[in-house]
Amino acid sequence: MDIVTEERIEKSKATTAESAVSLKKESNPMDSTVESKPAENGPAGVEQYLGQETIGTPYCDNPKMTARNVKVYYGEKQVMHDVSLDIGEHEVIAMIGPSGCGKSTFLRCLNRMNDTIDTCRIEGDISLDGQNIYDPKLDVVPLRARVGMVFQKPNPFPKSIYDNVAYGPRIHGLVNHRAELDEVVETSLKRAGLWNEVKDRLDQPGTGLSGGQQQRLCIARTIAVSPEVILMDEPCSALDPIATAKIEELIAELSENYTIAIVTHSMQQAARVSHRTAYFHLGKLIEANKTELVFTNPQHEMTEAYITGRFG
Amino acid sequence: MNKATQRTIDIVEKNLSKRYRAEKRFRLYGLMSIGFGLLCLVVLFTDIISKGLPAFKQTRILLPIEFNRDDLGISDATDPEQLRAGNYEAILRNAIRGKFPDAKSRRDKRALSAMLSNAASFHLQDTLAENPDLLGETVSTWILADDDVDVYVKSLDGFGEPFTGRLSEQQIGWVQTLIDDEAIRTQFNTTFFTASASREPEQAGILGAALGSLFTLVVTLLLSFPIGVAAAIYLEEYAPKNKFTELIEVNINNLAAVPSIIFGLLGLAIFINMFGLTRSVPLVGGLVLTLMTLPTIIISSRAAIKSVPPSIREAALGVGASKMQMILHHVLPLAMPGMLTGTIIGMAQALGETAPLLMIGMVAFIVDLPAGITDPATVLPVQIFLWADSPERAFVERTSAAIMVLLAFLIFMNTLAVWLRKRLERRW
Repeated sequence: MDIVTEERIEKSKATTAESAVSLKKESNPMDSTVESKPAENGPAGVEQYLGQETIGTPYCDNPKMTARNVKVYYGEKQVMHDVSLDIGEHEVIAMIGPSGCGKSTFLRCLNRMNDTIDTCRIEGDISLDGQNIYDPKLDVVPLRARVGMVFQKPNPFPKSIYDNVAYGPRIHGLVNHRAELDEVVETSLKRAGLWNEVKDRLDQPGTGLSGGQQQRLCIARTIAVSPEVILMDEPCSALDPIATAKIEELIAELSENYTIAIVTHSMQQAARVSHRTAYFHLGKLIEANKTELVFTNPQHEMTEAYITGRFG
Repeated sequence: MNKATQRTIDIVEKNLSKRYRAEKRFRLYGLMSIGFGLLCLVVLFTDIISKGLPAFKQTRILLPIEFNRDDLGISDATDPEQLRAGNYEAILRNAIRGKFPDAKSRRDKRALSAMLSNAASFHLQDTLAENPDLLGETVSTWILADDDVDVYVKSLDGFGEPFTGRLSEQQIGWVQTLIDDEAIRTQFNTTFFTASASREPEQAGILGAALGSLFTLVVTLLLSFPIGVAAAIYLEEYAPKNKFTELIEVNINNLAAVPSIIFGLLGLAIFINMFGLTRSVPLVGGLVLTLMTLPTIIISSRAAIKSVPPSIREAALGVGASKMQMILHHVLPLAMPGMLTGTIIGMAQALGETAPLLMIGMVAFIVDLPAGITDPATVLPVQIFLWADSPERAFVERTSAAIMVLLAFLIFMNTLAVWLRKRLERRW
């Protein structure tokens, strides 16, 4: 397991270094044209991209979830412009972009978490296995059981570790008796790589764990209901590098069984864990492509500017 | 650069002592406020306790009572009919006259009898009923003294002039004789805790009012807690945020500040005049106090719900909990300590409320102990008000004693609130 991570880390180091080098070579002549636009024009800069199609390959052959022309408004303000993106089956897709670019908003649209915000209004189609999730007839409760979510800040319930993991299966009635529930809890914790650390203290409060353990507990809680898609909203932003490495390792393993969409501020993380990367800017999906491609040979000048650290 | 820093340091140091002085003063103000508050509390408690303590004692006079068949007019002490008709006054009269044979005139005799409580004859009846064999015997019995004697005897122990009140010189002389004979003593006042209101101070007790308060509070709690919490949950979790809910919110806050007597008038108009409920009963009292307590409970419950971190809600929704499951499983348990605190504060307020209950007739003079929420009753603060209004000196100490009982109630409720809070509080 460790070897896998190390490999990944090595690989990502290599790719970032590579990309940095390649960008240095190529971007010099473009500097004057690129830098002035996004960095100095700020929000106004997006206007010129509004009409543009997303660059790269936003669609894929076996989509688990599809988003078409998604527009999101908070009150009168439009925060997302015509985003179309596919999330492939058993794929890890990373969403990157500067703060306020709408990547978290987009993620929260995928399991209708934005329903909790009164002023939020969503247009366009988002479907899961071809079924529109914004269909008024669709029940949001089973949707969220199918599309689970891990949040930025670890948020275990102030209950025991066992109850944290058992909560989902319990409310959905997935298990019939205690032994079955015990099993679900154990497998979920094992999958989240937390079992060995907590197996002797399942009755202790989940809030007593360390930050990284709490986040893995939250992942265990999410996978306990066997979702098809897991949405992760900056799952490592509150964690130290060691805990982060563990979570990333976990994502790699989970991607065998689950479809994962992850929002991250760390480009290295995106490079390490994801198969595809989508770059958002000011509510617009600028580019979506294979991760290697995005980090080695970005197609759009803004993507390039962002991943080389010139703004954002 | 160096020069500039030097100067800044100089300026800072020059002002430093002034700043520290200000800080010390600031701390002192706080300390003084707390000291003042504590002093008030100490004065209040000392005054109430020193005045109220004597009420827990009661004066009794030792008399040789002869259960004379002829005087009593009873031939068979097991017959309840005869027991009820018995002339106990006569044997009491005989007993005290036997003690003081020098009282010859009609007036003296009457003054002598006045030293014993009116209730004494009932006590004798009870004694005889319990123990029919006593008929024909002579037994030394501690007879309850009249409140004037009671106050005088108790004032002898205190500082300053003994309080003679309505006692004549002659009566004081007799009391002195009794004291010299060790035929008078003070003992624990059980009547105070087992009786209801009475015009005779030595027969008056707090139990009726305490039960009335209890029944009223039970009604209030059972109504206001569920209604208040449900309203708070709806307003906080379900209600759309618009002008209408804003209006509701403003009005709830306003209701919390409405003088309580207005609620009493409202209760009189609606519950008694419109719905035709009985006056003076804890049911109506509880309904009125519910109206008064609801705003407090709603406001504190909403604050408690608001303080539940949104991350917990998201976590619940994220694993597919419905809104109701989110509220019942996560929000309510976390908000419960705050809600309970608010509720108990509201209850404590309701316990001390007098004005609205005056409007619905809970100020009546009620001798019987209330047995339920539909029996006429009065409540502790009203009882305090009634006793404070009574002219008899003996009611002064009973007023203070009743206040002590009320305070004990309050302290008990607050302790309960703290305990519940500690028990239910969860850390995250």
